[in-house]
Amino acid sequence: MASFSTTATLDEPQVSRGNEGGAPPIFGGGDDGRAGRGLPNYPTRLRRARLGLLVALTPVLMLFVSFTSAYVMRQGLPTWDTRTNQLVHDWIPVKLPALLWVNTLVLLVSSVGMELARRQTKVRAAAVSTQPAGPAPAGAEGKMPWLTMTIALGLLFLLGQWMAWKRLAASGFYVATTPSSSFVYLLTGAHAVHLMGGVVALLVAGLFVLLRRPVTTRSIVVDVAGWYWHFMAALWVYILCLLEFAR
Amino acid sequence: MVSHDSHAHAAPQGFIRKYIFSLDHKVIGLQYFFLALVAVFAGIFLSLLMRIHLVWPTASLPFFGEIKPETYLSLLTMHGTIMVFFVLTTAPQGGFGNYFLPIQLGAPDMAFPVLNMLSFWTTFLGFLVLVAAFFVTGGAPLHGWTGYAPLSALPSAGPGEGLGADLWIISIAIFCIGALMGALNFITTTLDMRAKGMTLMRMPLTCWAWFVTAILGLLAFGVLLSAGILLLMDRNLGTSFFVPLVTVNGVLTGHKGGSPLLWQHLFWFFGHPEVYIAILPAMGLCSQLLSVFSRKPIFGYRAMVYAILAIGFLGFMVWGHHMFMSGMSPYTAFAFSIMTMGIGVPSAIKTFNWLGTLWGGKIRFSSPMLFAIGFVSLFVVGGISGPFLAQPVLDIYLHETYFVIAHFHLIMGVASIFGIFAATYYWFPKMFGRMMNEPLAKTHFWLTFVGAYAIFMPMHYYGMAGGLRRYSQGTEVGWIHKLAPIQQFITFAAFITIASQFIFVFNLFWSMKKGEKAADNPWEATTLEWTTATPPPHDNFGGITPVVHNGPYEYSVPGAPRDFVMQTDAPVAARH
Repeated sequence: MASFSTTATLDEPQVSRGNEGGAPPIFGGGDDGRAGRGLPNYPTRLRRARLGLLVALTPVLMLFVSFTSAYVMRQGLPTWDTRTNQLVHDWIPVKLPALLWVNTLVLLVSSVGMELARRQTKVRAAAVSTQPAGPAPAGAEGKMPWLTMTIALGLLFLLGQWMAWKRLAASGFYVATTPSSSFVYLLTGAHAVHLMGGVVALLVAGLFVLLRRPVTTRSIVVDVAGWYWHFMAALWVYILCLLEFAR
Repeated sequence: MVSHDSHAHAAPQGFIRKYIFSLDHKVIGLQYFFLALVAVFAGIFLSLLMRIHLVWPTASLPFFGEIKPETYLSLLTMHGTIMVFFVLTTAPQGGFGNYFLPIQLGAPDMAFPVLNMLSFWTTFLGFLVLVAAFFVTGGAPLHGWTGYAPLSALPSAGPGEGLGADLWIISIAIFCIGALMGALNFITTTLDMRAKGMTLMRMPLTCWAWFVTAILGLLAFGVLLSAGILLLMDRNLGTSFFVPLVTVNGVLTGHKGGSPLLWQHLFWFFGHPEVYIAILPAMGLCSQLLSVFSRKPIFGYRAMVYAILAIGFLGFMVWGHHMFMSGMSPYTAFAFSIMTMGIGVPSAIKTFNWLGTLWGGKIRFSSPMLFAIGFVSLFVVGGISGPFLAQPVLDIYLHETYFVIAHFHLIMGVASIFGIFAATYYWFPKMFGRMMNEPLAKTHFWLTFVGAYAIFMPMHYYGMAGGLRRYSQGTEVGWIHKLAPIQQFITFAAFITIASQFIFVFNLFWSMKKGEKAADNPWEATTLEWTTATPPPHDNFGGITPVVHNGPYEYSVPGAPRDFVMQTDAPVAARH
């Protein structure tokens, strides 16, 4: 048997890349952030939840990238007209209801409210995160005016989108009228479903106040839901631009 | 993705919280594994019916009676869908990945255990919805696992294209959501929950493979989901995303202007990475086993990591090679062709390194090792027909023949299945605390190995001779009829190979109860799962937080007391 030296294939001693020497890596690879044994500490949980959100937004982004590519491809396709026996374009640009711009304003304001709520809970959580986790104290700690405002504006936005659909239908554009109207309903609908997920997350955060869950836990939910909410606002601006300027 | 109370969940007591709605990644891994086991036998059963029908076209078969061409298409659709989604995607990643990724990284659980549980039950629901398609009016869909429009988009296009096809699409959409939740957990866990000292370049190659597979899933399943939504709208809301002006039985459908090619692009943008989702975990596992059972470090660890990343990246660049037949511009085809050939480079690097690992090693031919070597063999043989099909000129001839069937079954199907078998034989002692019966395992290996080649090698020749795929029978086509003896040979080989799978099932369940008790580290391997008790406690390490000092493949280190150095042992550098 050929004696291939086993040491030859061993990379340089990998111990030098460990944590004993250099600076700790950004993610993991070292302290797993557990305060003793049991529940990980607040910064670790926050970091992990944010990382999870970042990962979770990727397929959402891919979904809308995919819809966009379908939009662009479908827009350029001709179809055979049986009456004139010619290739024609069946893409009729949709005049978007002006209400959509009002809805956009509502969503952007809600995003500001969301940011204020996020910062508010974060400050509270930072204040108690050094203490052992316990039930959140009642009183001022439990009041979350910005969160309530965000939820209300989010629901208002969804209602506004529903009314915009009604107006669109009243002007003769149904789902199957023309491919462009199909995409209007598809994109607004898919966005609304995702925003509903954000509303549910915020309602859960509100419920945590009633259930007296630790303020750190609530803060993590609000923080992650906050970034998700901002993403949804940005996504909506993108969708509106696509529908308005790439008709 | 809310992480409150997550990884600190206490060991559950009741049966339902412990075994049904468990948050423990190990239980969830086993749930995935047994789901895949049920699914694989459903898929095998369908293929058996197809094989029988191909040789005895007039025979009446159980459950389906006389097989009409439409029934045959239903069988192949459901066979493909079940196998690709609920076996090849479910077992290597959802099953073994779930069980062993956290342990190999030194984590107490996945990052988001609730999400992990939801991911399994979503997948399970997807399987039920898929199987339900057999029992509705019209039966299961006809459009193949690729669901090409307009056939898949028109309920009037055939039996099974009604409610059956809706269920098929909904099942795939549910599966996508489950797979995305799983991928989210895999990625977050890998990035954020590694034990102290477990740097990225100290991760076992299995972990690298699961990690990259999760990234592929994350990017691919969202696109399939979008395609599924558009298809459901075409079918049920009257839109025309995929359906052009088309008649069914002479009647205009009311759709116009849609593009069947749009479906193909969206589907294959998912579909090609899906091939790597199926095979990357097997590649990682194979690298692991060749090193363990050769008692040598893996040859070129870093090259292996970069090859996995390169394969993952290139996997997104080549979807067009499934569409050479669609009349695409020769320039586009040329670009896709070159990129496809390019995947040969990292694949060859991996194969070279596997052989380099075997070379001069003190090889132990245990059953997991046999399956790992079998994987390399199948990967090479199945892969080598890839460069043939990557050339548009050849693909246009071969695409609709059994040559393609042979190619993807060997590389995506059987090679991945060999990965699953290797993983089962290798990790069974850790999962169930007992060894599997070795003589039975070896018998199973040789029958399956020879049987797989006996089934799929002749298909290459059948295809090159012009034998067309998707045809339920060839008796009325002269040149295909002359090839009938090949089909007979394949069917007999399939009988023997399928029968020998019962050896595996018997061994699996018998060994759970009666197998020889396993030591904590029966294979003398180095990675973290072998440092803990067998089976691992609820938090994986019994309250100890492991600290890693070594790479994953420190075998036959000169000067070390044993021929392997555990990842948690004192640093090897300090010994010199």
